[in-house]
Amino acid sequence: MNPSQSVFEPLQTLTARALDLPGANIDTDQIIPARFLKKNRAAGYGQYLFFDERFEDRLEDGFEERLDSHCTARADHPLNAKNSPQILVVQDNFGCGSSREGAVYALVDYGIRVVVGTSFGDIFFNNCFKNGLLPIRLPLADHLALRTDLSPFGSLTMDLVNQCVQGSGHRASFDIDPFAKACLLQGVDEVALTLGYEAQISAFENSYSQRFPWLTPPVA
Amino acid sequence: MSLTLFDKIWSTHLVLPRDDGPSLLYIDRHIVHEGSFHAFNALRARNLSLRHPERVFGVPDHYVPTHSRLAKEAASDEVGNMIVQFDRNMQWGQVPHFKLADERQGIVHVIGPEQGLTLPGMAVVCSDSHTSTHGALGAIAFGIGQSESMHVMATQTLWQIKPKAMRVRVDGPLAAGVSAKDLILAIICEIGAAGAVGHAIEYAGTTIESLGIEGRLTICNMSIEAGARFGSIAPDDVVFEYLHGRPQSPKGEQWDQALAYWRTLKSDDHARFDQEVVLDGSHIKPMVTWGTSPDAGAPIDGVVPDPARLNDAAERASAHAALDYMALTPGTRLKDIAIDRVFIGSCTNSRLSDLREAARILRGRKVRVPGMVVPGSGLIKQAAEAEGLDRVFIEAGLQWRSAGCSMCVAMNGDAGQPGERIASTSNRNFVGRQGRGTRTHLMSPAMAAAAAVSGYLTDVRQFS
Repeated sequence: MNPSQSVFEPLQTLTARALDLPGANIDTDQIIPARFLKKNRAAGYGQYLFFDERFEDRLEDGFEERLDSHCTARADHPLNAKNSPQILVVQDNFGCGSSREGAVYALVDYGIRVVVGTSFGDIFFNNCFKNGLLPIRLPLADHLALRTDLSPFGSLTMDLVNQCVQGSGHRASFDIDPFAKACLLQGVDEVALTLGYEAQISAFENSYSQRFPWLTPPVA
Repeated sequence: MSLTLFDKIWSTHLVLPRDDGPSLLYIDRHIVHEGSFHAFNALRARNLSLRHPERVFGVPDHYVPTHSRLAKEAASDEVGNMIVQFDRNMQWGQVPHFKLADERQGIVHVIGPEQGLTLPGMAVVCSDSHTSTHGALGAIAFGIGQSESMHVMATQTLWQIKPKAMRVRVDGPLAAGVSAKDLILAIICEIGAAGAVGHAIEYAGTTIESLGIEGRLTICNMSIEAGARFGSIAPDDVVFEYLHGRPQSPKGEQWDQALAYWRTLKSDDHARFDQEVVLDGSHIKPMVTWGTSPDAGAPIDGVVPDPARLNDAAERASAHAALDYMALTPGTRLKDIAIDRVFIGSCTNSRLSDLREAARILRGRKVRVPGMVVPGSGLIKQAAEAEGLDRVFIEAGLQWRSAGCSMCVAMNGDAGQPGERIASTSNRNFVGRQGRGTRTHLMSPAMAAAAAVSGYLTDVRQFS
């Protein structure tokens, strides 16, 4: 793969089914339990999204490798609904806790492209952009207004170019770093861009190692 | 202009500064564990290689068995394969690393300081949210994801938006029976689980300064539980004495040079902080958590709170859900809560002083519940055995294991049973964290030891 090739489906506008997901401080351990983090990405992580909430617990052991044969989907969980959402509206501090990028893989592989909240865990927030998932931070009033359209499902439209998200009764603007926005619109991450700064990085390293010689480890 | 400790370290790492978005930041030290397989796979998929393998250091910790030092004796073939795969990636990338069988192996955030791999003034990253631990040495250290890890491998840099500054100031002497763990749990209760999102915390004040290096590591370790990716303490002689003579610490003339620079690493008198939190250290009591977020804690002489008293409907619902999961009734005295298991370990509390604190309570007593003690590194294990702490734990009825993350994150098969209530010295009481359906109460090593002896959450001050 060429480093500048797209790494995910570009995101521009999206009108999609949205789900209002309750609960503040939803940590990444909830989004994907740790025991699934060793799985190969090739098979997709969507099946592990909110696993312990979505699937009936028939396990006799807290650490269980075999999952499918022991677990059945809970019919009443909204993420098990026939029409799965592509937009989640979440509460304060969504994605707090562990740095596991598997939480973002699970959301993306399930089909989520946009998460609308008031605040996010810092590491989770950064991880989202690298995988083509847009986390939108809204003021409380806008967040509340959009949620009134969802019970718990509804439809929302996200327009990244114009930086707004719209329900049937409310339209809210959001801020995004221009560089992160450009990456999402093109479906790329920043690796290729950074590699283009090779000369600047090398120049920095030269002066840095003169100033802090003890911080330059010997090359094996 | 007055600068914070964080400002000073941040500015020396700016490759491409930007005021209106992320700056390109140079990374001195990148620590990796078994979870790095996603980053290595992504690197290979793009036909990239590591720019500076000598700035990376690897050690397996998350998936390692603690009853053996062999990958083939891991909880399952799939778990064991994580360790084998890690070794292969270390070899592929020519990355300096410790293997599982190496006596220096241990938890990433324990061995970094122990080996002098992390130093004051550094920018340190690791794909683990508890990387803030290394900030106790006066570094800016933060958790990243696998994509960011791959970016650092390829470029030795990272695009980062500068966080806001928060100072947590604690003054006054800690009372007997109160440890660094109680202090950080009290700080998290004060700030809230999201209170420091977007901020870098600097811990300051006489209480913080009075802590030894291990207590400071415990404090900085849990910054993320208040939402902050970064937690630092200005380095002083406690840090310099600790680092002197460590395998990777600078030597000779370079040590003197480094030391002169390190002494400048503190916030200026009039440095500006976006938020300031002040606590009286002398008022802090031994703490335990009762809920499913690390900010859901209370002094041990308290009771399980009543969600009905919360004004906000969403907060009320969250508290109800937490008590439901934890099987607790409002008004129950915390000291009346019976436990089923104990875990002493994790990157928060697995260092020698932690083990000594637990052993002080356990010496000559028997535990009423099963449990394990898991040292943070092979060297800590050796040091503990040299002073007979292993005998104390074993004679009390606990298992004495080898180093790893173990039951803090339950990825290696060390896990509680569904429904079990666990007194744990780890850092997270999240739903299912220590195994599906397990109920975690966070506390200090001495408090966990006291709980193991009595079979209930217990005020360790009764044992002094």
